[in-house]
Amino acid sequence: MVKSLKTRRDVLKSGALAGAGLATPVIFTGSSASAFTNEPTGATVTLGFNVPQTGPYADEGADELRAYELAVEHLNGGGDGGMISTFSSKTLDGTGILGKKVEYVTGDTQTKTDAARASARSMIEKDGAIMITGGSSSGPAIAVQALCQEAGVIFMAGLTHSNDTTGKDKKANGFRHFFNGYMSGAALAPVLAARYGADRVAYHLTADYTWGWTQEESIAAATEALGWSTIDKVRTPLASTDFSSYIAPVLNSGADVLILNHYGGNMVNSLTNAVEFGLREKEVNGRAFEIVVPLYSRLMAAGAGENVKGILGSTNWHWSLQDQGSKAFVQSFGTKYGFPPSQAAHTVYCQTLLYADAVNRAGSFNPCAVVEALEGFEFDGLGNGPTLYRAEDHQCFKDVLVVQGKENPENAFDLLEVVEITPVEQVTYDPEHPMFAGGALGECNPGA
Amino acid sequence: MAGLDARDTRFLLIVVALTLFTPILLQPFPESSSLAQFNAGYPDLMQRFAIFGIFAIGFNILFGLTGYLSFGHAAFLGVGSYATVWMFKLLSYNVLPGLILAVITSGLFALLIGYISLRRSGIYFSILTLAFAQMSFNLAYSVLTPITNGETGLQVYTDDPQYLLAEGGLTTTHIFGLAMNKSLVAPVGGWEFTFNVGYYFCAVIAIAAFYLSLRIFRSPFGMMLRAVKSNQQRMSYTGLNTRPYTLAAFVISGMYAGLAGGLMASMDPLAGAERMQWTASGEVVLMTILGGAGTLMGPVLGAGFIKYFENIFSKINDNVLHGWFAFLPDGLEDLLVTIVHPFVGKGWHLTLGLLFMLVVIFLPGGLVEVGQRLRRLFTRRGGTPDAADPRHAPKSAPHVAE
Repeated sequence: MVKSLKTRRDVLKSGALAGAGLATPVIFTGSSASAFTNEPTGATVTLGFNVPQTGPYADEGADELRAYELAVEHLNGGGDGGMISTFSSKTLDGTGILGKKVEYVTGDTQTKTDAARASARSMIEKDGAIMITGGSSSGPAIAVQALCQEAGVIFMAGLTHSNDTTGKDKKANGFRHFFNGYMSGAALAPVLAARYGADRVAYHLTADYTWGWTQEESIAAATEALGWSTIDKVRTPLASTDFSSYIAPVLNSGADVLILNHYGGNMVNSLTNAVEFGLREKEVNGRAFEIVVPLYSRLMAAGAGENVKGILGSTNWHWSLQDQGSKAFVQSFGTKYGFPPSQAAHTVYCQTLLYADAVNRAGSFNPCAVVEALEGFEFDGLGNGPTLYRAEDHQCFKDVLVVQGKENPENAFDLLEVVEITPVEQVTYDPEHPMFAGGALGECNPGA
Repeated sequence: MAGLDARDTRFLLIVVALTLFTPILLQPFPESSSLAQFNAGYPDLMQRFAIFGIFAIGFNILFGLTGYLSFGHAAFLGVGSYATVWMFKLLSYNVLPGLILAVITSGLFALLIGYISLRRSGIYFSILTLAFAQMSFNLAYSVLTPITNGETGLQVYTDDPQYLLAEGGLTTTHIFGLAMNKSLVAPVGGWEFTFNVGYYFCAVIAIAAFYLSLRIFRSPFGMMLRAVKSNQQRMSYTGLNTRPYTLAAFVISGMYAGLAGGLMASMDPLAGAERMQWTASGEVVLMTILGGAGTLMGPVLGAGFIKYFENIFSKINDNVLHGWFAFLPDGLEDLLVTIVHPFVGKGWHLTLGLLFMLVVIFLPGGLVEVGQRLRRLFTRRGGTPDAADPRHAPKSAPHVAE
């Protein structure tokens, strides 16, 4: 006979195990069924600010972060309210978004697509962010936009200037307030032709990724349409810090204009190298050699110092603008941080406000409702004049500024002067323009 | 069990248990507590733990056993990722073909690089592998843009052929219909545990990879590799050709890296060139040394440690710090925030570097040495740690260049 080993203790043990086993399904079915990813259920709502804190665009990232913090402060009723008071839509009243207090998490994209996506994923999965915004580079912005589409959250693009962001890589859950390479070309080319003549020979140095490629394409097309020719287009790695070896061949190439499709730290270094090589004193075919930086920002101008004087470029916004919105923004940013905001700071501040307002107008955090509220939305008072969020590609259409490095700056921030404000009609294009065709928004994805 | 003795079986079972309960173990703090910041039990990070665990286990087969220090292992990781994403683009989102191709291509790639690099040993070998990896990185970054999509990273577009994708089929990565991003969220008390399909998929593969590495460590082949490490010259003098052994170890380790790369792409269908950069190669070296080179568990611990820092410490910003020290008087609060600030957020590298120095100086055997010291402290068995557990302890090996 087999002796039974069941003691009281064994019975208790197996009973506890069985109990745990039975309880398991009950615990698992307890997971809440929400209508969309990260539906905020408490008294707060979390936004994810994903910006480069290291890498060549770290300066822009730091300024973006400042603007985000300011925007959150204003949304929660702190500070002087900034552009909320000048914004044409009046749903923001300082009580957060839909009455929920705004909280935020930050992450470092390292200006790398992999890192940016990892950081965004942790915001969505760990911190429960309902909206991701940021990016100071188009590569990461496009990658994160695709991720947000899959995950079912809204992506409000920060500083991304590639045509592809709202072109072939556009997504239903993604929105861009910033302008793009095509707009830069359309605004800049007429000014360039007027200043430097219609028969110039251009040499492009281009940051080797989506933004550089599309800006190079846009500028070349726009200038060639006005009679310029392009002698060479050279791609430089984004991680480069020394451009001497790329500048040297320009000297004897026969070109008389150098176009630097570089941004951030890249542009600071390449422009400095170009000036060191004496390009600005050089004469080709009896005409002064010119350098053009199609995408300009005050932070870059500050980094490049003396070298930017007289150099033409385009920008999304500049703090010296005198409309009510710009003045209010510069005022509250300056009060908090002691210096004026950059265009990167401006665009992300606008994006945060636009998102908050869209949620308020939609009456829901559901991404699909937000998409509906933003599509075709017309607004004013955010520093760029009347602006349209076009429904076809989720791109904002507004005036573009052509700027020039100031010859005699009055102070450390007074580095750029606005040469021309190009009206929105001149930079508007068809959504099916060859430079933008190939992608599809798809359906909005609420996730869950 | 399965060709292992009792001791190794127990070891394997512990590893399996730890892996399966990771979603619970990494979530020690309730959601509402201020320490929830340090919870790591969310899918993305858990997947990374498993994937980089595989990467480090594979690297350890080469470095830990033969002593050959490869500085270019990230190249195989990248090759695996690209292969997998291409399978997504051409066939469908099922990860299986991608993973198989990732292992095959990285194996072939490793065979090529290993065949050339292994003609030298020591520092020359390291430099050769580094050169090959940087070459691959630059190729992926700019020259081979049509294949790799350069800096933007290779992604799947809706207009890609995807010949096997049925109408209305899954548009996220899956294994025979089971989507990787599917999660079961179980709120228990104040805690919230996330059981994610992708993580368990990676975990099962990681356990298989660990088992395979365990078998290699215990096999005669593993013994030969150790012999290479302790004295390659003596082996040659006895008439043994060591090249086939080292090459086999190199290829196996390259295939592990390719598998890890394929899994990375399977969890998130994007392959960026920067995962082939030399910093990524250096990272796996750090993982292995930090955890304990030549030990079975060490590299996995090291991988987890580094990924934890990268993902958790980098997310602590000034706002969070102010929250922590809010109970202090204002001046003191600001002072503390100023002191801590450089070590968190974007300064996580600094903290990691300091810890790495501490480990290398005070725990030359890596993180596993902590366990050994603790065990020695409690069992008071005396003797060297090697006597307590001769096979799991790192051996003082001559420098690879000698």
